[in-house]
Amino acid sequence: MLRIRNLESGYGNLKVLRRISIHVSPGEIVTIIGANGAGKTTLLKTIAGLLKAQAGEVLFEKRDITRENPEQIVLHGCSLVPEGRQIFAPMTVRENLLLGAYVQYRRKHKNEVDVDLAHIFQLFPRLKERESQLAGTLSGGEQQMLAMGRALMARPKLIMMDEPSMGLAPLIVKDIFAIIQKLRDEGNTVLLVEQNAQAALAIADRGYVLETGRILLEENAEDLLSNRDVQRAYLGRDLDAEIKI
Amino acid sequence: MYWEPEKECMDREELKQLQLEQLQATLSRVYMHVPFYRKKFDELGIDPDEFRSLDDLRRLPFTTKSDLQDNYPYGLFAVPLREVVRIHASSGISTVVGYTKNDIKTWSNLVARVLTAGGVTKDDVVQIAYSYSLLTGGFGLHYGAERIGASVIPISSGNTARQIKIMLDFKTTALVCTPSYAMLIADTIQKRGININALSLKYGLFGAEPWSEKMRQEIQEKLGIVATDNYGLSEVMGPGIACECLEQVGLHINDDHFLVEIIKPETLEPVRMGETGELVITTLTKEAFPVIRFRTRDLTRLNPEPCPCGRETMRMARVMGRTDDMLIIKGVNVFPSQIEAVLLDIEGPEPHYQIVVDRKGALDDLTVLVEAAESEFFDEIKKQHERIETIKKRLSSELGLSVNVKLVEKKSLERTEGKRVIDKRKI
Repeated sequence: MLRIRNLESGYGNLKVLRRISIHVSPGEIVTIIGANGAGKTTLLKTIAGLLKAQAGEVLFEKRDITRENPEQIVLHGCSLVPEGRQIFAPMTVRENLLLGAYVQYRRKHKNEVDVDLAHIFQLFPRLKERESQLAGTLSGGEQQMLAMGRALMARPKLIMMDEPSMGLAPLIVKDIFAIIQKLRDEGNTVLLVEQNAQAALAIADRGYVLETGRILLEENAEDLLSNRDVQRAYLGRDLDAEIKI
Repeated sequence: MYWEPEKECMDREELKQLQLEQLQATLSRVYMHVPFYRKKFDELGIDPDEFRSLDDLRRLPFTTKSDLQDNYPYGLFAVPLREVVRIHASSGISTVVGYTKNDIKTWSNLVARVLTAGGVTKDDVVQIAYSYSLLTGGFGLHYGAERIGASVIPISSGNTARQIKIMLDFKTTALVCTPSYAMLIADTIQKRGININALSLKYGLFGAEPWSEKMRQEIQEKLGIVATDNYGLSEVMGPGIACECLEQVGLHINDDHFLVEIIKPETLEPVRMGETGELVITTLTKEAFPVIRFRTRDLTRLNPEPCPCGRETMRMARVMGRTDDMLIIKGVNVFPSQIEAVLLDIEGPEPHYQIVVDRKGALDDLTVLVEAAESEFFDEIKKQHERIETIKKRLSSELGLSVNVKLVEKKSLERTEGKRVIDKRKI
């Protein structure tokens, strides 16, 4: 579905990503784990067209989207749930969700919007309860759900999520990840960027380890969980303390 | 039957993407963690970040057996020793390789592919007659067979009488060992007058040394089994790199884990697809002991055509010999094993022959001396002539150059292995 080759990107003269090559197949949850500053957000922003690629290519369903603008990319079916949610605080929950459906209007699929809205409310009953509440008054977890719901309103084929667990209590994180899993089970494809490697690898099919702008490993999620470098660097295990000689 | 159908039958385009991703990651890792590779890349001005396509592979330096020996024992490990859960060595203990927990898992899976391709399922009783030792054969096959869920008999090598007793008593259905040992077992069974119908054997999975098609036929007949070839070497991983399926038309390379190239050993340039040369392997997924462009010294050729079995992998021909045996005649690479294969086919088992290379003027000249068979009458000139012509034609078409063939008297040629090739050329 998504195929990236030798992607390079950054900010001005600062090169953040170095010849990144990754792919996501239909129906997969693929996660990219890495420390702060490794380039995870830069990668998603570049795919979404918010940052211009300096080199390389991004193919979405065999279409070269490397130089396309964000609106076109969403229209093709590739949506981003941005880091820090970026919801519209002074608008209601319902209005936020409807904003996500603007591409559906452009696709002339206006009649699908109500169906989708009902589906989102089914997926996130909390949003239904707060339908006419202002988005700014929602809790962090609810705002995350709203951001996800808004992205889903565009009927994406690929949903990219940037740090959905950020700043959320562990119990809420569990809910959010359960929903991501459910999305996959419904046939969606997910590219998930996370600092919470444990949670991400627990639901992902495959993962990439990104370090200082380079991919160091590509493996099954299960194998990454048992990789000692990954355990030490991203899963917070102090292996030295565990070895008692 | 496949073990991992989504991998073994992967679309070639998808595979290329995966190979590129994994190769780039491997290069970043070895550059970061293995001083040997970092130094070598730096000296040659190679920036792993500049590696953008699989074709860039040919810009990278080769790794040889002596590089491994120079870094004995742990110099080429890409992870600290405490992450290594298994250590193997080659015979002679001059090279040492390590495996992480994930490497062992990958290895078991790849060997499970080999066994599955060779007909083995969880219902089989698998007798593993490789030595369980520092060498990779025994443990490599063992873990793969366990992974499938077969009943594994870890008998190890040697004691043929015991092997046969266990084979009969335990109702072994799959024999795993070297082809020469399988032949010994088969001959012993025959010698003792054991009816092969008393055996439960169905499959034989043989590897770790070169063998011929003739030998396969013989083992299959004598043991009443389907025999497949598999390939591996400890420096790269051990068994599990490539294997035949039941179609017996070349070995499927597990190319989602190993990137293969064929080079001309004398120029180190890639050969054209389908030409014979030295196999070079780069690991794509190994954690503890990745190797970049490892020269195997094994001679083979590649075939990219999909196999009737449904696997999409690149295939390699069974190993035809070692680069160390190679002769260059009129610029053509000639391997004694190619000549032997033709003679085996025409002359039957154990042909006696000698290969003589000389120079006539400025030109190389290849002559094959073949002993006359027992039944042959030396006075039947016409028959002799026909036989010489047949051999000549077959050899010329196999080798791609003209060959002289002479019949010599029975028992006039030396019997020792080492005297099979005589190179009289003086440079």
